[in-house]
Amino acid sequence: MSEYVLETKNLGIDFGGLTAVNNFNIRVEKGDIYGLIGPNGAGKTTVFNMLTKVYEPSRGTILVNGTDIGKMSTIEVNRIGIARTFQNIRLFSDLSVEDNVKIGLHNSGSYSLADSLFRTGKFHSEEKRLHERALELLGIFRLEGFAEHKAGSLPYGAQRRLEIARALATKPCLLLLDEPAAGMNPVETQELMDTIKQIRDRFDISILLIEHDMKLVMGVCEKITVLNFGQVLMNGTPEEVQNDPEVIKAYLGD
Amino acid sequence: MKKITEMLKKVFSKKYRQRTVSYLIVVLAYLIIETAIKTGSISNTIKSLLVPTCSYIVAALALNLLIGYLGDLCLGQAGFMAVGAFFGAVASVFFSRFISGDVPVLILAIIVGGIAAGLCGALIGIPVLKLQGDYLAIVTLAFCQIIKTLLLNLYVGIDSKGLHFSFITDNTNMDPDGILVIKGAIGANVTKKLSSFTAGILLILFALFIIHNLINSKHGRAIQACRDNKIAASSVGISVSRYKLLVFVISAVLTGMAGTLYGLGFSSFKASKFDFNLSILILVYVVLGGLGNMTGTIISTTLLLVIPEALRAFNDYRMIIYSIVLIAVMLISNNAMIMYYLKQFKDHLKKMFPKRRTE
Amino acid sequence: MKFLSYLISGIRLGSIYAIIALGYTMVYGIAKMLNFAHGDVIMIGAYVAFFALYRAGFPLVAALLASVAVCTILGITIEKLAYKPLRSATSLAVLITAIGVSYFLQNAALLLWGSTSKIFPTILDYGFIELFGGELKISYQILITIATCIVIMVCLTLFVNKTRMGKAMRACSEDKDAARLMGINVNSVISLTFAIGSGLAAVASVLLCATYPTVTPTLGSMPGIKAFTAAVLGGIGSIPGAFLGGLLLGIIEVIAKVYISSELTDAIVFSVLVLVLLFKPTGLLGRKTSEKV
Repeated sequence: MSEYVLETKNLGIDFGGLTAVNNFNIRVEKGDIYGLIGPNGAGKTTVFNMLTKVYEPSRGTILVNGTDIGKMSTIEVNRIGIARTFQNIRLFSDLSVEDNVKIGLHNSGSYSLADSLFRTGKFHSEEKRLHERALELLGIFRLEGFAEHKAGSLPYGAQRRLEIARALATKPCLLLLDEPAAGMNPVETQELMDTIKQIRDRFDISILLIEHDMKLVMGVCEKITVLNFGQVLMNGTPEEVQNDPEVIKAYLGD
Repeated sequence: MKKITEMLKKVFSKKYRQRTVSYLIVVLAYLIIETAIKTGSISNTIKSLLVPTCSYIVAALALNLLIGYLGDLCLGQAGFMAVGAFFGAVASVFFSRFISGDVPVLILAIIVGGIAAGLCGALIGIPVLKLQGDYLAIVTLAFCQIIKTLLLNLYVGIDSKGLHFSFITDNTNMDPDGILVIKGAIGANVTKKLSSFTAGILLILFALFIIHNLINSKHGRAIQACRDNKIAASSVGISVSRYKLLVFVISAVLTGMAGTLYGLGFSSFKASKFDFNLSILILVYVVLGGLGNMTGTIISTTLLLVIPEALRAFNDYRMIIYSIVLIAVMLISNNAMIMYYLKQFKDHLKKMFPKRRTE
Repeated sequence: MKFLSYLISGIRLGSIYAIIALGYTMVYGIAKMLNFAHGDVIMIGAYVAFFALYRAGFPLVAALLASVAVCTILGITIEKLAYKPLRSATSLAVLITAIGVSYFLQNAALLLWGSTSKIFPTILDYGFIELFGGELKISYQILITIATCIVIMVCLTLFVNKTRMGKAMRACSEDKDAARLMGINVNSVISLTFAIGSGLAAVASVLLCATYPTVTPTLGSMPGIKAFTAAVLGGIGSIPGAFLGGLLLGIIEVIAKVYISSELTDAIVFSVLVLVLLFKPTGLLGRKTSEKV
């Protein structure tokens, strides 16, 4: 067993002739809340897309708890423990809030197609369990009152929280959050920071997050990697990153 | 007594209402029509329409599962119906050699027709998984044409030695006691019309049962997840291709069963009956009934089959009226202003007759 | 030598498919809709040409022009009345409306002109040219059909790539909202697209009737489906794709009919389509679209 939940080695991807990310190395340890920051277009979301195999990396390796996920699909990557949210929220917006979480619970519901077609006892008991589990998860994100609402009708901040709840429902060991605070007001952001710490402790998971809100990043992350033009600019603690002249230059220009 | 009221409350609760209403409508329609037949107050034209209507309804329900819940357009329903009709016809002649009762033969034939169509559904599922949107639609259309062409050239005979197949020309070389069930372009000949209105209603109920139970389960949620957002669905560990294939197969099985019911409602039928226009007709029923709305599908199919019959008096103009109605319905239901006023009117009515709260 | 003559007749059929496919592909490219009524516009074109030639005694060119004029107006009218109100509707709603228009045209023709087929007068019958010492005979009719298709292709490509209006068309097919913000009148671009597509349908109808001289209300259905298939084969939305797809489909159809089995021709043609899409999911020359994550 590797000591790292996530380890990448020289990860890179080209689009056409353009190198979007190159030599990306990161090591996320168990229980880390890890920040991935960088100016717009630095390739942060592209890294997430490679980690979840939405994009096939052009080179390099990705190890999850020591297992090479090079040949896995998005689905298999989720099953070995990576769950994510999306920068441009991707909820099942016509379905209810509860159903969205239940879809996250899909693989933990252990009844077969025949059970659902013929409504066996197993179907009913499992559905009851899924329902309770979904409400429990919604409760963590203060969404239990909206269970019957359409996901698409929720306010923006609530949609972001629902997406995290859905990702958590798949029982990940590593949660990738893509700009979780985007579109949230300061109060919501503060609540989100508490929630992030809370779910790390409660579910015993590691979290890797992309965020532009520096207050959130500096407030919750214990380690940070800065990405610029597809290259790792530096790794370090929040203090180190904040005081690094290269990082300041990348954000503010010369 | 208390138990009964509780059950009633449950089946009419928000969660189950759609299901309950759809079953009720079918059963009610059956009772009314059966009474009308018994009292002789129904014309022979309508009577001859009963079995085809039931089979169109089943095919439309199956298509609505595909379009409404999986979100994929299929223009090849007629192909699956054809497979069900022809395989069902052969099965019915084959089994009636060993089994005497009509009902078991019909049931076996419907199962065979469903399985045959289901296999075709799996076969077409392979290209379908790679394609999207209109490309997918055209492949299902192509599939329908391929099936039709193949069936137009198929010869199947049954004699004491078993089944004989031949292709393009009749080389079945059967014993003198043999029956040629499928004769290429001339079509299929079954010795006995096995389908009945009751069988049709039971098949509709069966299709509703399968579709509702599928949709309201974790599998159904996964199917809708694939429709709403493929990338998000796979990010939570749902295999989009597996569920697409599953829905294509289930839809094809039900459509095949509808085809068998249809075919066995006639003493003979041709492959050319199952052409592109039939697929389009079923698609129209589904869209007008409302995507994902099974009760709507049942009602719209019935109405759209009855309206042209009711317009018999305007014989020459009836299809033109039909097409104008079709266009008008689409234009009106997609006109934001008209729909806005309609909603206002509805709200107004609601205010005038406030609903009593039951819970 | 036999093969060569079959190949040429395949190219002739393919040319007609290509001209019809252009109508599908252009409308799809701009309006993102499958215009199911396109085949029935061909049928109307054939009737107009028939009456112009046979009843009114027009010369061929005048009959062709009359047919083009009627179809162009018809195309624009259909767009304005039936499709324009549905700009923001779902593609399925537009599809059903197009089906309604198709039913309407077929039944209107049935009502006006009856179900008995009209025999189209012989046109473009100028004899043959002989090649290889008489071993290969090619009729002028075939040459005219192929030449028409090539001329149309060249003109259309030049139009789309070189003119202002063509540029506006390409902009609309890329992003209608952005085009509107750049001051392009999207509605008139769409009207123009329908006008061109329907005009081409009229040309195709005359060429089709020169080859198969029977006119019925359902005349357009099968060529419509085949040409639509051709457009998808080539990659729907792509003008060279429609040309390539049409030619390939015509050649495959004729060769399959002669060398494999006339009964199974349709099955073979559509199987080729399925196979091509298996390996090239957006057709031969279609653009790959990928979703931004």
